[in-house]
Amino acid sequence: MYDVAIIGCGVIGSSIAYRLSRFNLKTVVLEKENDVAMGATRANSAIIHAGYDPAEGTLMAKLNVRSVELTKDLCQKLSVPYAQIGSLVLAFSDEESAHVQRLYERGIANGVPGLKVLTYAETKAIEPNIADNVTCALYAPTAAVINPWEYALALAEVAVVNGVELRLEAAVEAISKTDNGYVITAGGKTIETKYIINAAGTEAGMIHDMALPHTFDILPNKGEYYLLDKSEGTRTNHVVFQCPSKVGKGVLVSPTVHGNLIVGPNAVDCEAGDTSTSAEDLAFVRSMAVKSIPSIDFRQNIRNFAGVRPNSTVDDFIIKAHDGFFDVAGIKSPGLASAAGIAEYVENLMQDNGVVLAEKAEYTDTREQPRFKEMTHEERAAIVAENPLFGRVICRCETITEGEIIDAIHRPIIPRTVDAIKRRCCAGMGRCQGGFCGPRVVEILARELGCSRQDIDKDKTGSYIVRKRED
Amino acid sequence: MTELTCICCPMGCRLTVDEDNDYAVTGNTCKRGAVYGRNELMNPTRVLTTTVVIEGAAHGRMPVRTEQAIPKAKLFEAVEELKKVRLTSPVHCGDVVLADILGTGVNVIATRDL
Amino acid sequence: MYDLAVIGGGPAGLAAAYSAYEKGLRNIVILERDKELGGILNQCIHNGFGLHRFKEELSGPEYAHRYIEMVQDTSVEVKLDTMVIEITPDKKIFINSPSGYECIEAKSIVLSMGCRERTRGAISIPGTRPSGVFTAGAAQRYLNMEGLMAGKRVVILGSGDIGLIMARRMTLEGAKVLACVEVMPYSGGLTRNIVQCLNDFDIPLYLSHTVTDIRGDKRLEGLTVMKVDENRRPIPGTEMEFDCDTLLLSVGLIPENELTRGAGIEMDPRTNGAYVFENMETSIEGVFACGNVVHVHDLVDFVSDESARAGAAAAEYVQNGAVKGDVIRLQNGADVGYTVPQKIHRDTKADKIDIFFRVRSVFGKSQVIVSAGDTEIQVFKRPYMAPGEMQHIVIAADKLKGYDTITVTAKEA
Repeated sequence: MYDVAIIGCGVIGSSIAYRLSRFNLKTVVLEKENDVAMGATRANSAIIHAGYDPAEGTLMAKLNVRSVELTKDLCQKLSVPYAQIGSLVLAFSDEESAHVQRLYERGIANGVPGLKVLTYAETKAIEPNIADNVTCALYAPTAAVINPWEYALALAEVAVVNGVELRLEAAVEAISKTDNGYVITAGGKTIETKYIINAAGTEAGMIHDMALPHTFDILPNKGEYYLLDKSEGTRTNHVVFQCPSKVGKGVLVSPTVHGNLIVGPNAVDCEAGDTSTSAEDLAFVRSMAVKSIPSIDFRQNIRNFAGVRPNSTVDDFIIKAHDGFFDVAGIKSPGLASAAGIAEYVENLMQDNGVVLAEKAEYTDTREQPRFKEMTHEERAAIVAENPLFGRVICRCETITEGEIIDAIHRPIIPRTVDAIKRRCCAGMGRCQGGFCGPRVVEILARELGCSRQDIDKDKTGSYIVRKRED
Repeated sequence: MTELTCICCPMGCRLTVDEDNDYAVTGNTCKRGAVYGRNELMNPTRVLTTTVVIEGAAHGRMPVRTEQAIPKAKLFEAVEELKKVRLTSPVHCGDVVLADILGTGVNVIATRDL
Repeated sequence: MYDLAVIGGGPAGLAAAYSAYEKGLRNIVILERDKELGGILNQCIHNGFGLHRFKEELSGPEYAHRYIEMVQDTSVEVKLDTMVIEITPDKKIFINSPSGYECIEAKSIVLSMGCRERTRGAISIPGTRPSGVFTAGAAQRYLNMEGLMAGKRVVILGSGDIGLIMARRMTLEGAKVLACVEVMPYSGGLTRNIVQCLNDFDIPLYLSHTVTDIRGDKRLEGLTVMKVDENRRPIPGTEMEFDCDTLLLSVGLIPENELTRGAGIEMDPRTNGAYVFENMETSIEGVFACGNVVHVHDLVDFVSDESARAGAAAAEYVQNGAVKGDVIRLQNGADVGYTVPQKIHRDTKADKIDIFFRVRSVFGKSQVIVSAGDTEIQVFKRPYMAPGEMQHIVIAADKLKGYDTITVTAKEA
């Protein structure tokens, strides 16, 4: 009998697992994919929004603003890449200038610190590549960029170290109520649990309906992106947003925490799990982006991708308790930016609903991650002398060593795919997109996991890479 | 008259072969082109390159090639024949790994040291 | 302190090191990130290498073997499994290998890092992102070095030589190659490869077509190919569906110049390589570059020639100092995409200048005109020129020395 079963191990499920792992609870996380952070968490703008966007009084406003500091602190504790670069919302007309003013006022009401409305000249001074027809901009110094999948992974990893059980490839098939909790069928096995936390992203509506009467729908909505080479990574200094308009919410242009340039997203309704891109949508994203930053060199594109937002029929996050079943659903934007606050809020909600949260005598809340590229010359020499595997660079675009890859493979949440390695140590994330290191990563994975190279998948289970020649 | 592109070297000369005039070749810039044009219509041949299994070496595959061209029609059969070859390290560049493949009189040689 | 450090032990680095040794340098090191010398040639098992250099048709590994043996007979030091992390403008080289992370210094440097393949992202192919989409070179490595097949039903995008070679190779290994698709109205590869890799096996070549959609959630399941107009935009109504598990991309190569940029060396946006002088010297004195890191070649024979010049120039630099003085600039005129070199030392000791370039479109009988302002310096006749085939002219240095700017132009005769 488990105390808590968390369904879904994206950034929300892992944030909650991380917090709950401090307590004397028997907790299991059920994730349908073969790794954590496989949904919206791995495909989004990777931004910790400052919090001026959500309407005053909503949970979104409260939890977003609350999370800005929490996230910064967590990233430091967990050795997750984080950079507080600030954001700008550009206005291009009197109408949009008025909108920027409204965002400013809303931000003040939401408690966002440091907001300023900048003139064109002031904006140009800190963001030189903006278009000439910018009228003014909202500057939010607390906005940051992070590595969202590593953030989720680090949270989940610490939770596992603290005794939380993580079951991968455990899609929930059925839930039934018992006298003192629930029975869940997941991945062909049944488990009993006192409480359920529904953090199933785009499938949270379906999970809710397995246990409770229908109250909301998830409306999956796709955002498509360009990711450009690091040669374009200094095109902007801040996260550069646009005002929402009739044609859409506007696309952003921003350096990523890894030093690339990200451009996107659009917003189109789609099926859950549809992460395809289309030529028309990408052309739209591109045409919108150059309105803000005309000089973006799209020839430096290294990848297009899409993520699916779990929008819902409710104008706010859906975080509610019903009889031991806690919905944490409809966590649309600013979901990543609110994750830390959501987990804190859920913890309080559980306590309010009679869940006993007694702190363990011993637990950890930190994690270390070796990063060869970021080391000084002296640190590099020292780590190679100690472990020669750090002397072999496997991914040359991102300068990732065999030592880092092997470290990742032997961590508490074992990566079994090439993309899982990419999420853990960035191998294959660079300009050649794994063309060079892909075969070498397959070889290392097969060796360390004791299987053949044909057994290694690229991403989801079934996404095999190679077959034996004689087959 | 048949038009061909010569494959002897990267120049890719455009050849014309006259079947009614003893396969006379025009359009070539070297002698090899004349021979190629004639052969291509009478008995087309190709150099085969592939790999064979090698044990005890840094790589599991030894790159090999036919020393001369073999009849084009025998390429697939030759690949099958070479799947049966199992080498053991050390093998040197130029060593014969299969003599007289498919009775063509052509040897298959290793193209590196392993 | 080394006399010369060569970055990369592929065909360019081997030829440069050997040539510098022949010119009398003795304290030379080759820094190679792989566990063996030879670079990309090790996976290019097909024949056709060495016709110019050795008057023989060798396989890639055989061609590499010749040079490896030549270098092994010298005192050139080879550091394998060694990755250069950073080069500074004052020629400090930070290297990483299992035997240690260290800084070495050299009087001269030859950059010979080669190139990498353009990827799906570079051409923004829409659709899903399943496994089964490979660069042709990655699939080639799997097959030729590791004995593993990328897939069974294959479409190839791009008619560059690696793609064509892989079409034949996969076919011989039992895969069904359904099509080779090329967005341009002409092939990007050598004509002989169209003949012996596609035509021999009845593989259709669709010129002016491209891949417009990729399907499959896990493994590639299929894709859409469409005809494109003269602006390379897909024409509605021309969709062709292919049921396949593998897409190989042969859509161009990009010189691998992160170290070059890091050292602050001036780059040419046309080649994506460094600006070089006739002796392959870059904007930093004593740092030379050669092979595919400067501009992408079709034939390794020309890489070897160019690299031998770079190695000899490095030796000359160490022994006699830099060539100083005035610069003659080369620029590309109509229908010429770039030239290498881009600059010539007016006081060069070379009698002849080798100029390499690519044309922007397909030419029949044509002329290459070397001029300065209104003055025609020399005209070269060509029976045929295409963007897929690098052009080479040789001109007497004396003919150029009186001018400041030289233009290379191509036109139909």
